[in-house]
Amino acid sequence: MTTYALETRSVIKTYQSESGTIQAVDDVSLQVAAGEFVALVGPSGSGKTTMLSMLAALLQPTSGQILLDGQDLAGMNDVDRVAMRREKIGFTFQANNLVPYLTAVENVELMLRLNNRLDKAGSLRARELLARLGLGERLHNLPGQMSGGQQQRVAIARALIHNPSLVLADEPTASLDTERAYQVVETFAGLIHEQQRAGIMVTHDLRMCEYVDRVLQMQDGKLVRIYTGREEIRQLIQGGKKQD
Amino acid sequence: MKQIFSISGYLAVKEVWRNRGRFLLVSLVIALITLLVLFIAALGEGLGNGNREYISKLDADLIVYQAKSDTLIAASRLGRDRLAAVRRVDGVADAGMLGTASATLVLPDAEEPLKVAILGVEPGHTGEPSVLDGNQLSTDLAQEAIIDRNTAIRSGLALGDTLTIRVTQGTRDEFFSLRIVGVTDGQQYSLQPSVFVPFFTWDRIRPKSEAEVNSSNPVANVILVRLEDPGQMEEVSQRLTSQVGNIETATIKDAIQALPGYSAQQSTLNTQGGFTLFIGVLVIGGFFQIQILQKVAQIGVLKAIGTSNPVVAMASVIQIVVITVIGVAIGGLLAFLFSLTFPPTVPIVFNGTTSAIALAALLLIGPLGGMVSIRYAVRIEPLKALGLSS
Repeated sequence: MTTYALETRSVIKTYQSESGTIQAVDDVSLQVAAGEFVALVGPSGSGKTTMLSMLAALLQPTSGQILLDGQDLAGMNDVDRVAMRREKIGFTFQANNLVPYLTAVENVELMLRLNNRLDKAGSLRARELLARLGLGERLHNLPGQMSGGQQQRVAIARALIHNPSLVLADEPTASLDTERAYQVVETFAGLIHEQQRAGIMVTHDLRMCEYVDRVLQMQDGKLVRIYTGREEIRQLIQGGKKQD
Repeated sequence: MKQIFSISGYLAVKEVWRNRGRFLLVSLVIALITLLVLFIAALGEGLGNGNREYISKLDADLIVYQAKSDTLIAASRLGRDRLAAVRRVDGVADAGMLGTASATLVLPDAEEPLKVAILGVEPGHTGEPSVLDGNQLSTDLAQEAIIDRNTAIRSGLALGDTLTIRVTQGTRDEFFSLRIVGVTDGQQYSLQPSVFVPFFTWDRIRPKSEAEVNSSNPVANVILVRLEDPGQMEEVSQRLTSQVGNIETATIKDAIQALPGYSAQQSTLNTQGGFTLFIGVLVIGGFFQIQILQKVAQIGVLKAIGTSNPVVAMASVIQIVVITVIGVAIGGLLAFLFSLTFPPTVPIVFNGTTSAIALAALLLIGPLGGMVSIRYAVRIEPLKALGLSS
């Protein structure tokens, strides 16, 4: 029996609005294994951001289970969810990713600090990781002194430095040009595979699915299709390009 | 808890240091508020001190006034016969007459003469200040004077010198010379530097109306009473009123409050100080609130990656405290430096207790002003801050 780093079971998220009940996520069950990089795609309003928020322990599902390393995020109180985000989840966002008054290396070390695990070895690891991401010369630069791509790479390092079980990326290439976007996603995928983390990337840009192992397609809150295998994913990407 | 302090301290200090220009600006605003508050406090202390200094340093427990004088020293008139009666009352350890008047000290080398308070006291009795240098007054009629430190500084007179006092008696200006036998500490009376003279000498040299010039019956303003047991204040006061007749008494504390304009002056300055502190709270509160509004996304990221609310709140508190402490320190230093430039005629006194209270209040305005912003920071939803909410 396969043990998944992340597993959701019949996750539902509903919102009340003036026009009635909105089903943002409708009975989604998925699994992501350690060392697997998955893309979550779908049009605006398909529920992928809501799904990502729940996976990040930022939002409680209305019903269902979200199991991270066997622990159900859905049943946790606020304090425990904060601890899960700190210890078991790595996160990169679209923008405003970094703490502006901390240098690149300080931003990465912050995750170790929050987990009370910052020591000489950890600090060295943060520097090495940044160097691997091509930022060896930018260790002491503030976010404002770096380009968008460099900031995203710092965010990737921060998302991985504390050895989380799950790494989430919300539109990590949204503010980058195509060349930089490919570089960032390729690096991200490489590290997720190498470090055996479960990775999920939400993206609008199907071209970025080139480096993922599976693509989960959502529509109207439902998980409508799963693309597996290189050929299937390539066809999806080409279909996306034609639409563009 | 140690972990919370460690991370929040790290975040707070890093942010302050990397944005030191902006934070220094706020510290300077706090420094100016500090300067203003300390000066108002020092002015209050200086004016209050100038009014009450002699009275507050008296070795007396009660002051006896003429009845219905509203405990106003200048309005009270007591003859010498009352002194004997007061001294006979059970529980009274000592009593001395006190006469007050204003006169002009003639200073040959100065551009302007110095206005002083001439205080008639009884040598060896309650009311005569202890000298720091020289001797006490010898007899009731001696041509001697004790000057307080303010008189010495402002007149340039010293122990052994002879001072000349000009007063108006009837319609004529009279000049009297007295030898300075002692110098006492600051003993201002009614915001004037003081010259203490033996009571009968005082009665001879004080300003007089035409009718008083030829009077031989010396009249004091009040009688200063020292009790055998200060705990018996109430009882002795009642005894005095019933046995001496046509008098009223007041404690030193009440006598100070009754000094002309004292209460109004102090409450005015306290109100000014209070308002300045209030404005300080609003300014600091406004700054930190704007700052929090500008970094909603940043706090959202911190929370999203697992920073707990206590860390976020503590970081804000530490930041506010650091900024306030720096501001208050700069303001305190500026106040000290400015105070060195003031001439002794300006009634500003940086009293330890008053300054400490003002400083404590100033240190509180930061956290008080920042309270709303701290609450706001804690309530920031990472989901909304990061634009992830549906």
